[in-house]
Amino acid sequence: MPVSVTSSRLLFDALKGVGVRLFSALPETWLVHLVRFAEDDGDTTLVRLAKEEEGVGISAGAHLAGVKSAMLMQNHGFLASVNGIVSCAQLYRIPLLMLISDRGSFGERDPWQTEGGGVTVHVLDALRIPFDRIDSPSHVAHKVAKAHTLAYSGSRPVALLLDRDLMWEES
Amino acid sequence: MTTTPMRRLDALQAIYAELEQCVVVTIMGAVAAELQSIGHRPNFFYLQHAMGLASSLGLGIALARPELPVIVLDGDGSVLMNLGGLTTLARYRPRNLIHVVFDNESLLSVGGFPTATATGSDIAAMADGAGIRRTSTVRTIDTFRSAFTEARTANDLTCIVAKVDAVGPAAFVTDLALLENRYQFQRHLRELRQAPTSN
Repeated sequence: MPVSVTSSRLLFDALKGVGVRLFSALPETWLVHLVRFAEDDGDTTLVRLAKEEEGVGISAGAHLAGVKSAMLMQNHGFLASVNGIVSCAQLYRIPLLMLISDRGSFGERDPWQTEGGGVTVHVLDALRIPFDRIDSPSHVAHKVAKAHTLAYSGSRPVALLLDRDLMWEES
Repeated sequence: MTTTPMRRLDALQAIYAELEQCVVVTIMGAVAAELQSIGHRPNFFYLQHAMGLASSLGLGIALARPELPVIVLDGDGSVLMNLGGLTTLARYRPRNLIHVVFDNESLLSVGGFPTATATGSDIAAMADGAGIRRTSTVRTIDTFRSAFTEARTANDLTCIVAKVDAVGPAAFVTDLALLENRYQFQRHLRELRQAPTSN
C-alpha cells in the first residue's frame, strides 16, 4: 500500500509537537499509519469511533478538561460531522483541529470518493472554517503549527486538507 | 403511553447532593432547565444543542481526566441519535463515567412526539448489546437512587436508564448564557487539577 509512512510520521510528530495528546479517528486508507502511530505512542491516546461526529464531542470534552486533541478523518467523515461542528464546536467556541484526508480530487481512482471530494472545500467555506492544504512533506510542520495556533487563538474549528501528493506515493 | 411513577425533576433532586461532588454533563432542554432550577454549580455543563454528543463529550472528559467522576445526564431522544456512541463508550470503558438516560419515551421539548422507546426499543438492552457491562432500567425514585449510589462506588462504566414521566418545565431558556457556562466549567476543571483535594 503506497500510503506515505514518511508523511504520516511527519504529521504525527508535528501534532504531538504542538501538544496533541488525544486523537479520535475513523480509519481510512490514507490514515492507517497516522492512526497506528497515535495508537502505539505511549504519550498519546487513540479513540476509535463508530462515526466521526462523536469525535467533535470527545474533542470538546477533552478541551474543557485541559487536553489537546485532533480529529483524523476523510472527506465523508467531515461531512458526517457537520452538525456537531456547528452545534457543539462553533456554538461553544471549541478549538478543533481537523485533519481531513482529501480524497476525490485529481488522480482519484475510487468512484465512490469523487462526490465527497468535490464538495469538501465548499462546505468548509460555507461553515466559515479556515483551512489550508498540505501537499508537500516540507510544509507539514509549519502548517500544523499554524493551524493549531489559529484554532486556539480563535477558539474555533480549523481544517488541514491532506493532499494526495502528501499521502500517496505512487511509483 | 405508559404512565410511570417517577418525575425527572424528583430523580434529579434525589441525586443532587451526589452531583455536587462530580463533573456533570447534561443534554439540552428539560434536563438542563430542571437541573438549573434545583441549583446551578460550576461543575455542571449543559450541552444546549448537538443532540447525541453529550455522552461523547463526557467520554472526552473522562479519558482526559480519569481522576474526575463524570456523570452524563442524557435522554432517550439524544441517545437514539448517537447509538454508535454506546459502542465507543463500551470500547474505552471509562471507569469514572456514569451514563444516566432519562427515558420519557418522547421528544418532549418539541411537542411530545413519541420516540422509538415508546414502541419497544430498549436503551438498556442496546447499551448491554454495545458491550457496557453494567446496565439497568429503573422506574422509581428509590431504585434510581440506589442504582446511582451503587454506580458511584462500582468504579466501572455504568448505564442507568431511568423511565420518567413525560413532563417538563414551563420554559427551557434560563438566564445562564451558553458561553458563560462553558468558560466557568472549563475554569472549574482547571482549578480542580491545581487543587485536587479542595473539592
